[in-house]
Amino acid sequence: MALVDERLTDEAGFRMSEATAGDFFALLKPRVMSLVVFTAFVGLVAAPVTINPLLAVIAILSIAIGAGASGALNMWYDADIDAVMTRTASRPVPAGRILPGEALSFGLVLSVMSVMTLGVLVNWLSATLLAFTIFFYAVIYTMWLKRWTPQNIVIGGAAGAIPPVIGWAAVTGTVSLESLILFLIIFLWTPPHFWALALFKSEDYARAGIPMMPNVAGQASTRRQIFAYALILAPVGVLPWVLGFTTPAYGVVAALLGAGFVWYAWKVLRMAADDKVMKPAKALFGYSLLYLFAIFAVYLADCVVGRALAIGGA
Amino acid sequence: MVDKNLELVSLTERQQKARRNRSMAIGVALAVLVVIFYVATIVKFGHNLAGTM
Repeated sequence: MALVDERLTDEAGFRMSEATAGDFFALLKPRVMSLVVFTAFVGLVAAPVTINPLLAVIAILSIAIGAGASGALNMWYDADIDAVMTRTASRPVPAGRILPGEALSFGLVLSVMSVMTLGVLVNWLSATLLAFTIFFYAVIYTMWLKRWTPQNIVIGGAAGAIPPVIGWAAVTGTVSLESLILFLIIFLWTPPHFWALALFKSEDYARAGIPMMPNVAGQASTRRQIFAYALILAPVGVLPWVLGFTTPAYGVVAALLGAGFVWYAWKVLRMAADDKVMKPAKALFGYSLLYLFAIFAVYLADCVVGRALAIGGA
Repeated sequence: MVDKNLELVSLTERQQKARRNRSMAIGVALAVLVVIFYVATIVKFGHNLAGTM
């Protein structure tokens, strides 16, 4: 038996929660979190100084929880539009498994805890960057940009691009050109990635009233913009080698991956206007995920191997 | 002793199971947090002590 306040059992619609820990974990957007963890880890390892391994784990954990918290706040605020989109209707809040207030409290508590933990145990620059990321994603992107402008994911993409900078700052206590290049790669990758999705999910976004690029500027314009971003992203992906941060091996792989991105974007550009299946857009969406994981993995491998060779040669 | 004027609700089996599940998760999370802060404190103290010696 549970003791409850009388106020809560009246007509106000109170009900005891049936949410499980798994539902709360889903609020953290685990798939997005995996990308955040990976890119933050690369920033952390790429830094030229070392950090105690335990503090490194704490830093990554805090960044992951902070990213998850912003996801929970996003799901709290966007429950109305998530409910009408097929891709998001089964999320815990629109599906009714978690109450909006529970999601809000969960997001706020985790936001504060992740930032404070990172600040107290690692350093305050990385904690400040994490706090800014959470604010930018939950407030600037979710509450403002997303429902207002087709440039929503262009500007909002900055939030998803910061994790490697936080990882780097956690180790060095600074922000450097190397980490900003990693930021730039994710920042330029975000629009073609999400616009590819928006092309074949445009009806979903239209139903929810979100001004995504295909719904506002049309599919032809979106395809041109995807291709333009791909043309900029491909050389930026090679920049770490051009600027001398990596070996030529990274440069070659990054160039090949970038060429692949341009190729897939080209196929989207050439897609027939009446194409309802949109296989090229789906292919680009899938490839863009592979691209980001691959380019960061190669960057990581290049750093680790380069360091091992330097130690071996010393 | 329970006051008879207080209103009580009976949880369904599903609600009880969900509550148990949440309580376990909160317990594990808190335990992990305690271990993290304890070990991190030792690491940071150790580092600072090594720096002063």
